[in-house]
Amino acid sequence: MMQTQEITLNMGPQHPSTHGVFHILLKLDHEVIREATPICGYLHRGIEKLAEARTYTQIIPYTDRMDYLAAMLNNTGYCMTMEKLMEIEVPERAEFIRVICNELSRIASHLIAIGTYSVDIGGITGFMYCLRDRELVMDLFEEICGSRMTFSYMRIGGVAEDMPEGFLEKVLKFVDYMPSAIDEYDGLITGNEIFQARTKHVGIIPPEVALNYSLSGPILRGSGVDWDLRKKRPYSVYDRFDFEVPLGTRHDCFDRFTCRMKEMRQSLRIIRQAVEQMPEGPVMAKVPKVIKPPAGDVYLEIEGAKGMLGYYIVSDGSNKPYRVHVRRPSYINLGYLSELCKGWKIADVVAILGSLDIVLGEVDC
Amino acid sequence: MPGKEMTVIIEEIREKFAGIDVDEKMTVTVPAADLLSLMRELKENPEYDFNFLTSLTAVDYPEHFTVVYNLISFRHGHTLMVKVKIEDKEEPAAPSLTPLWGGANWQEREVYDLFGITFTGHPNLRRILLDDDFAGYPLRKDFEWEGGRV
Repeated sequence: MMQTQEITLNMGPQHPSTHGVFHILLKLDHEVIREATPICGYLHRGIEKLAEARTYTQIIPYTDRMDYLAAMLNNTGYCMTMEKLMEIEVPERAEFIRVICNELSRIASHLIAIGTYSVDIGGITGFMYCLRDRELVMDLFEEICGSRMTFSYMRIGGVAEDMPEGFLEKVLKFVDYMPSAIDEYDGLITGNEIFQARTKHVGIIPPEVALNYSLSGPILRGSGVDWDLRKKRPYSVYDRFDFEVPLGTRHDCFDRFTCRMKEMRQSLRIIRQAVEQMPEGPVMAKVPKVIKPPAGDVYLEIEGAKGMLGYYIVSDGSNKPYRVHVRRPSYINLGYLSELCKGWKIADVVAILGSLDIVLGEVDC
Repeated sequence: MPGKEMTVIIEEIREKFAGIDVDEKMTVTVPAADLLSLMRELKENPEYDFNFLTSLTAVDYPEHFTVVYNLISFRHGHTLMVKVKIEDKEEPAAPSLTPLWGGANWQEREVYDLFGITFTGHPNLRRILLDDDFAGYPLRKDFEWEGGRV
């Protein structure tokens, strides 16, 4: 009789497929996962605590450092929450600039998700192609705000500065070019037989489970749930654009991947429409120099790149917040990992984790 | 299917749960003892159908802790904020929502980790972001921290 023994395996905290410092403790029966315990917190900086000792404007740079792959969205979420609390109306031109930056950020984030996923499955070339094109987005951001990753471009009441001259033409050039690049990834990654064999029918999340575990973003849509806040609860000026919400049908890793792929094309559509409809006017509302919102609390969510990004802010009427909490989509999405890994093989763990697209800066906050 | 107006829903749950309090922004404050039954009603009654627990966090006020829940009804498009005041500052505890939502698991662990609020009935209430032998609960207002700006 063959003797079987359960063994414990540490994946991470230093492991390329964990996309940062993240640790999964696996209990294995041969190759099969019996138990997976995610251990996070290696990057915990206490941003929520730090925020309590900063003025409202000083918090904006901290939001950059959560999901640093889609920092524009983090900026926007925070500023919109403050605007709701203070009842500030943002000028239309600023809303359009925000939409352009947010969708560019979403594309940049998805490019990393897709590229690193390709590496996880074993195709390094896909990663190079994605990073090549992400560079174009970074260049655009550098032009508009001087920074490539930690932008702090949004302000409570608008954006920091108007766009430089010729910026919209460069955005259009990017929008014209990008679909051909996505076609290229489709040929290189999506259509790859090995890639499909590794991701199709792997890591299935049924829709009711996705809802029960508060999953959001491409993961929820990959499970076939039609939920995109830009459509369902249109904020900013999203109700003026024509776009679709891609959904998955098999609810597996491949669906989550293709949702991101298709979302990039939709983001490009939104950007083109935003450029065409760009109004003239100011980019900042009239906001007092010292920001002192009325006492009270407010919760607001936007559709981030990884899912619903929410901010809960409590004001006591002073110039510093009493409490700031961030609903980080990566953190909540990761909460389902241990259930999701059970019963799959060890190589599938890499495919499953990659399909969740986590950013540890956001998970650990 | 068009759902009921939020004002109607609020009226109905106010009748069903005598202890709750609703403010002008339609935020519901519920006694800890009624939390689980209120949440179950909100989730499982198809007329309300708050099927999604989106956010769960806490605030440390001078006199009490408040645990803040945000719910969404995907079918009706409603959102609702529910709060629980915990008067006991020495040994704060609230019922866990893990029997209703798997999404409560990690979020309650985060609140336990940073505020020291115990969620009774939670299957795995351990620290999640901080080290297991970390002393204190950093998001409490009386937590003393080195460095930083005052």
